Amino acid sequence: MPYQFRIAAARRCVLTTPLNSQRGRNYATRSSSSPASLPASRRSPQVETMSRRAAERLLRRLGPLAVEPPARVQKRTFSTTATHIQRNPAYSVLNSDDVSYFKSILGDSGVVQDEDRVAVANVDWMGKYRGASQLLLLPKSTTEVSKILSYCNSRRLAVVPQGGNTGLVGGSVPVYDEVIVSLVGMDKIISFDNVNGILTCEAGCVLENLSTFVENEGFIMPLDLGAKGSCHIGGNISTNAGGLRFIRYGSLHGNVLGLEVVLANGTVLDMLSTLRKDNTGYDLKHLFIARRNLGEILSAFEFMDHHCIDLAMKHLEGVQNPLPASPYKFYVLIETTGSDESYDKAKLEAFLLRSMEDGLVADGVIAQDISQASNFWRIREGISEASVKVGAVYKYDLSIPVEKLYDIVEEMRIRVEVLGYGHLGDGNLHLNILSSKYDESVLAQIEPFVYEWTSAQRGSISAEHGLGLMKAEKIHYSKSPEAVSLSMVS
Amino acid sequence: MKILVAVKRVVDYAVKVRVKPDRTGVETANVKMSMNPFCEIAVEEALRLREAGAAAEVVAATIGPAQSADTLRTALAMGADRAVHVLHDADPARPLLPLAVAKILRAVALEEKPGLVILGKQEVECPEFGVAWPAYQNAFRYYTRMTCWFLEFWICNCSLGISTDLRLNQPRYATLPNIMKAKSKVIKKITPQELNVDIRSDLEVVEVNEPPKRKAGVILSSVDELLDKLKTEARVL
Repeated sequence: MPYQFRIAAARRCVLTTPLNSQRGRNYATRSSSSPASLPASRRSPQVETMSRRAAERLLRRLGPLAVEPPARVQKRTFSTTATHIQRNPAYSVLNSDDVSYFKSILGDSGVVQDEDRVAVANVDWMGKYRGASQLLLLPKSTTEVSKILSYCNSRRLAVVPQGGNTGLVGGSVPVYDEVIVSLVGMDKIISFDNVNGILTCEAGCVLENLSTFVENEGFIMPLDLGAKGSCHIGGNISTNAGGLRFIRYGSLHGNVLGLEVVLANGTVLDMLSTLRKDNTGYDLKHLFIARRNLGEILSAFEFMDHHCIDLAMKHLEGVQNPLPASPYKFYVLIETTGSDESYDKAKLEAFLLRSMEDGLVADGVIAQDISQASNFWRIREGISEASVKVGAVYKYDLSIPVEKLYDIVEEMRIRVEVLGYGHLGDGNLHLNILSSKYDESVLAQIEPFVYEWTSAQRGSISAEHGLGLMKAEKIHYSKSPEAVSLSMVS
Repeated sequence: MKILVAVKRVVDYAVKVRVKPDRTGVETANVKMSMNPFCEIAVEEALRLREAGAAAEVVAATIGPAQSADTLRTALAMGADRAVHVLHDADPARPLLPLAVAKILRAVALEEKPGLVILGKQEVECPEFGVAWPAYQNAFRYYTRMTCWFLEFWICNCSLGISTDLRLNQPRYATLPNIMKAKSKVIKKITPQELNVDIRSDLEVVEVNEPPKRKAGVILSSVDELLDKLKTEARVL
């Protein structure tokens, strides 16, 4: 039914990959999320993220600036990978009047023109994408954000919202000279309902700080990423981040109860209070899906190949190989979370011992205390960090049927140096190709082969990283043209 | 030669320790408990000695309630051969004093007759109760004492005693095959009464409080101000 299609598309636009090729669209969010509480067997019911009427209003308000069809005119010779988007001349150029206006709203400390600081904000975490912005703004409240955006809208100044700048697809840095609106100053936790497990906070809160805060209250955040020390919850939500606990708590669609959003023209859309259970039932998660064995206590199931382990051992400090005896081809990291430690331990041991007897597992270690467990996680979370130390990394985030998951790694290994690891429990492979520097010839070996292969398996070319700049034009590998045109906002 | 290693089940050292609301002790319900990190190092050292051929058998011992068997299973999973569990239900108001611990350990050692006893230097929960060694020493009338990097040696009667400090080694992980083997290893259970040890405690814990929160530092502008503060506020002059 066409009506329902629009709702699905609206949600995808706002909550999953907002930083598509639609460069003009910008907003900041204040969000409330509902982490699952411990004991994990009792979880609060998940509710709809947006009511139907709010979705429609959103669609209508995202005016003409929202759509910018990418024009394939010329390849940019740049230190980044190929971007075929040319700067749209309809956007204005920043001038000193603009800067003084921003200073009048934000004060001198909120407007940064210092070259070094702006340069840092112009480059993404991997050093792969570099913008040419000259201005960094640091608003401290929703009203300030709203004023910035309405001004930029009237002046037709392009804007890029930035959180922790840990994105991997070039969606968090300017393409050209967009004004960077960083939410790093909006990092307050507004309230926490410790009966229902509902956290209300500003979009610039760092995920690790939120985790520590809720853990002190006896709760757990429904998502966890390697980048948790730097990433912001606003960025996580706007890109519908997956992460290490996805297998247990599901996607953020089900964990976000409400948002306060600033639209591209500066209008503040308060959807924090309009949340009710939506009768389309589209996003209702089926929490108690029956699963085998470890199902109800499993909270992470990660895999990595031995290249990843070698790399982590070589480049990370303070880690020791938990299984030094003989090098195995694959390693799996399993985590359980539950309310009864001895019960969970017994279950985990029974599961592992049975797997050993059946020959599925060759060897393993169980962490005996929290510090050993952190060491295990340090290895898995540090693979990304270690790979960046080698040189340039091409990262691909693919959703593939589990039985074929590793085939692409083996195919790529014939041509380039490649790491394969990821969330096996979700069928999500992180394919990393290592190279000494970013180079067109290496890229040619990878793309479009990777996308075509994934498309042939009916997988997704972006399981959780989003499309950003890197894959903005590649959406057709995973979505039909009709679906894409509906996603584009009119 | 047999090595006896004493281990203890304590609050996991990565957990933030809290005092119970009724101030009778430290919160231990629903808190992750693990082997004392110093004891892990002691077990690791014993295992390395056995692997180097200096010892034939490693025996782990602990004093504690029934749940302490988990800690012994961890030691067995790391590679210890046997374990001894002295059952004692701790009453928080009347904890086991170092002298009592030493007496129990002595009784266990007299039965097992090890050539070497290794202990962790201190325990993370109550470091002031830490080392049972001073009492243990007295129990054995030590003759000489040598100190070297991270270890202190007491030559006592028949056994040599060593306490282990951090960074002596990196304890190994418990591998699955060893966990499987540990299930069939023997844990001998005894009570202090069977050992003929008197563990009556003369001390009673009245109240447990958190240490006072550290106050913020103050930056002073001159030496006179410093003197003034030392006299009037800190009262050390």
